Amino acid sequence: MSNAMVKKEFVARDFLVKYGFIMVTLIAFVAFYSTQDTFRMSTTFFSMLKYTSVVAITGLGITFAMAVGGLDLSVGAVAGMSVTLSAMTMVIYDKSAPVAVGVVLLAGLLIGSLNAFLIVGLKIPDLLATLASMFAIMGLKLVPVRGRSVSSGMMMEDGTTAKGKFTDGFLKIDNGSFGPIPFAVIIWLVLTIACWIFLTRTTWGRAMYAVGSNPEAALLAGIRVKFYRSLAYILSSLLASISGLILASRIGQGDISAGNSLLLDSVAVALVGTSVLAMGKPNAWGTALGAFLVGVVITGLTIAGFPYYGQDVVKGAVLLLALIFSFTLSRKKSRFISAT
Amino acid sequence: MKKSLEIRSIRKSFGSNEVLKGISFRIEPGEIVSLLGANGAGKSTLIKILSGAYTDFDGEILINEEPVKFNSPLQARFVGIETVHQKISDGTIAGLTVAENLLFDRIALGEISKFASPKKMLKEAKPILKKLELDWDDSILSQDVFNLGIADQQLLLLARALSHNPSLLILDEPTSALSNAEVVRLFKIIQKLRADGVAILYVSHRLGEIEELADHLVTLRDGVIQSIQSKPFDWDAALHDMLGISSESEDFNADEQHGSQVVLSIKNLQVFNEGKNFSLDIRSGEVTGVIGLLGAGKSELARTIFGVDKVKSGSIKFHGEIFQPKSPIDAIRKGVFMISEDRARDGILENWSIANTTSLPFLKGISSSRILNFGVETDLAKGMIERLAVVAQSYRSTVDSLSGGNQQKVMVGRWLMQDSKLLLLDEPFRGVDIGARREISSQIGDLVRAGNAAVIFSSDIDEILESADRVVVMVDGDIKFDAYLSKTSRDEIIKKMSEVA
Repeated sequence: MSNAMVKKEFVARDFLVKYGFIMVTLIAFVAFYSTQDTFRMSTTFFSMLKYTSVVAITGLGITFAMAVGGLDLSVGAVAGMSVTLSAMTMVIYDKSAPVAVGVVLLAGLLIGSLNAFLIVGLKIPDLLATLASMFAIMGLKLVPVRGRSVSSGMMMEDGTTAKGKFTDGFLKIDNGSFGPIPFAVIIWLVLTIACWIFLTRTTWGRAMYAVGSNPEAALLAGIRVKFYRSLAYILSSLLASISGLILASRIGQGDISAGNSLLLDSVAVALVGTSVLAMGKPNAWGTALGAFLVGVVITGLTIAGFPYYGQDVVKGAVLLLALIFSFTLSRKKSRFISAT
Repeated sequence: MKKSLEIRSIRKSFGSNEVLKGISFRIEPGEIVSLLGANGAGKSTLIKILSGAYTDFDGEILINEEPVKFNSPLQARFVGIETVHQKISDGTIAGLTVAENLLFDRIALGEISKFASPKKMLKEAKPILKKLELDWDDSILSQDVFNLGIADQQLLLLARALSHNPSLLILDEPTSALSNAEVVRLFKIIQKLRADGVAILYVSHRLGEIEELADHLVTLRDGVIQSIQSKPFDWDAALHDMLGISSESEDFNADEQHGSQVVLSIKNLQVFNEGKNFSLDIRSGEVTGVIGLLGAGKSELARTIFGVDKVKSGSIKFHGEIFQPKSPIDAIRKGVFMISEDRARDGILENWSIANTTSLPFLKGISSSRILNFGVETDLAKGMIERLAVVAQSYRSTVDSLSGGNQQKVMVGRWLMQDSKLLLLDEPFRGVDIGARREISSQIGDLVRAGNAAVIFSSDIDEILESADRVVVMVDGDIKFDAYLSKTSRDEIIKKMSEVA
C-alpha cells in the first residue's frame, strides 16, 4: 500500500471518528422525519426533548464524575429520592413548591458530600462507594413513607387524608412551557451551557480534567486533587436531584419506583458523549447530544410501532456504536473511566 | 545440583537501539556475582533475558557447559534459573494463603490439585520452608499472604524460588523494601545458599551490600561490560567504569557561580525511616547538584522539600521561616517548584496540549475570577516554546506526541515561565538528547544568575559537572561531601560516591 493510500485511510477514519456520531444522529433524525408523519409534528419534537431532559441532566452529573476519572452509580437513586422527598414535602407536610425544591436540592448536596467523603475521605473506590450509597438511598427513602407511593389525597396512618397536594406551580416545572419550548427543556439547555462553561472555560473544570487524566501529575502541578474529586461528586448528586424534581413534576406523585431505570440510561448518554467530536473525554455538549440521539431513536421507533420492551436493545446498540467510535476507531486513547 | 552458568556474547536490540553489545561472564556454583550499572546500562534487559521474559536475542546461555534454550519464564525455571524480581507485589497473589502462594508454581502446573485440602497444602508447603529455616507455623501458613509483612513476602518468594532447586538464582534489588534488621536476615540466608553451592546473580545499587556479599563484580555501561573484578573490590575503579570517563576537559564550568544568601536551610533531616540525618544549606545564585546512585535518597529529599512526602524528622527553613508544605500547592505558592523524576508517570497528561500542560500549575495566572483567558494561555505557551526552543508543530500539539527531549523541555519550561525562588529538578536530563540538555541547563543557569536557587538531582556525574556550580554527594540517605566544582574533581566526587558505609 502506498503512503498516500495509508494517509487517505487515516483521514477517512479521523473524519468518521470525529463526525461519525453526529452523522448517525442526523441520519436517524432525517430517516424518521421523512417516513413518520407523527415525527414531523413540532409537538412530538418538543415532547421528545422534554422526556429526554431527565436522562440528559442526570447524564450531565455523571459527566462531572467521569471528568475526574470516576463514576457515580447513585444518581438514579438520588433522582428517585428527590421524587419521594418532593411528594412528602408538599403532600404530607403541606408545604409550598419552593420549599420542596429547596429540600430536594439540599438533600442532593448532602448525598453528594457523603459520596465525596466515602470516596475521598475514607478512600473507598468510587464504584463501590456509590453502589453502597445507591442501595442505602433506595432503602432509606422507603422508611418515612412506609414503602408506599405518596399521592394527593392519600390515606394517612391516623386515618385522615393527606392535607397537601402537588402544587400547580410545581407541576409547571414539567408541563409548563415558554412558547412552544417546555420549561424542562429550557432547564436542560441552561444547565448544559453552564456545565460546558464550567468544564471548559473555568479553572475548576480544567483542574477536574487534570485530575481525571493523571491524578499524580495534577497533584505535582499543585492541583488540589481531593477538593476537585469531592466537588465532582457533589455536582453529580446535585444535578441528579434537579432531574428528580423534573421527574416528580412529571409523575405528579411520589412514585417509589421512580428513577429506577435512570442510572443505566444516564451513564450510557454520558459515555456516548465522550465519543462525540472525538473529544475522548466526558463533556457537556457530548452528553446532551448523546441524550438527544437516544431520544430521537427511541421516539422514532416507538412511533413506527417498535415494541417498548425492545428499547433497551436499541440503547445498548447505540452505546456500543459510540464505544466503537471512541475505542476501536479512534487513535487517541480514550480515558473516561479510571484504570483503578 | 551444583551447576555453573555461563553467558556468551549476549546481544539485544530494540529497533536500531542496541542495548546489550556482547555480554559474556561466568558464575561458578557457590559464587555470588554482582551486577553494577547506571540507569540504561542494560541490567534489566539482561535479567529479562536470563529469566526468560525476552527470548529474542543473540548469544548463548550455558549451564554446566551445555547450551540451553528457553522461550518463557516457565522454561527458564525448567533449566534451573529462578528470578526474584524487585517488585514483591508482582510475585505474591493476594487472596491466596501463604501456603498456596508457596506452592503456586506447582498448583499452576497441576502437580498439586487446585482442590487439594488445606491440610495437604500445609504438608506440602512445610518442606519448602525448611530450606530457609523459616519457622512459620500452620496459622501463619493458613493466612492470606496479604497479612504478611513486606519482608516476609520477600522471603516467601525466595523460598518458592528455592523450592525448584535452581542452579542460578537471580536477585534483583532484593533489599529495596527491607529494613536493616531484615536485610541482615536475608544476607544470612543468601550466604547459606552460597555455601550450599547455588550460583547467585545479585543486582543492587547499594555498594555496601555488594561489598559484603559478592565474590565478583561485573560493571556494565552502555550495554558493554567495562570490568570484572574479584574481591577485594576497587570501588573507585568500579564507579569510574560505571559512570564513564568524561571526554570533556576537567575544567567543566568556566563561569562558576557562588551564591551567598541561604534560601533553604535543612537541619537534621531524615529521608529514610531508619536512615541517618543530615543538614544542608541551599543558596541562591548558584546551581546545587545533588549526586548519588539510585536509592541514595535524592528523590526523597526533593519530594520532602516540595511537600509530597512528609518530613520524617528534622526541619526545613525557607528564607528563615519554618517551611513545611502539606502538599505541593503550598510549596508552589511560596515559589518552590519541582520537576519530578518520571515525566511519563508523574508529569504528562495524556492527550493534553502543550498550552494546557504549560498553564496547569498556574491556572490563576491565566484566568480572572476563575474564567480562563485562552489568549493569555496561548501567549504563555508560545513564550515557553520560543524560550526553550521546543520543537513542536504548534502549542496545540499534545505533549505525548513530542520527542523525549522536547517533552522534558515542556515539563521544565512551564515552571520557568513563572517566578520561581527555588527550582528542584529531579533527574531532569533522563532520556533527553544533548541539545535539549544544553538548552535546559542554560535556562537553569539564567535562573540562578537572576538571583534564584536551583537544585539538580542526578545520578549521572557528567550531567552534574556540566550543569552545576556546587556538588553535594548523597550516599544511603546521608550527605558525604559538599564542595564547589572548582575545588574538587571528577575523581574525588566518584571516590566520595563509592565510599562504602
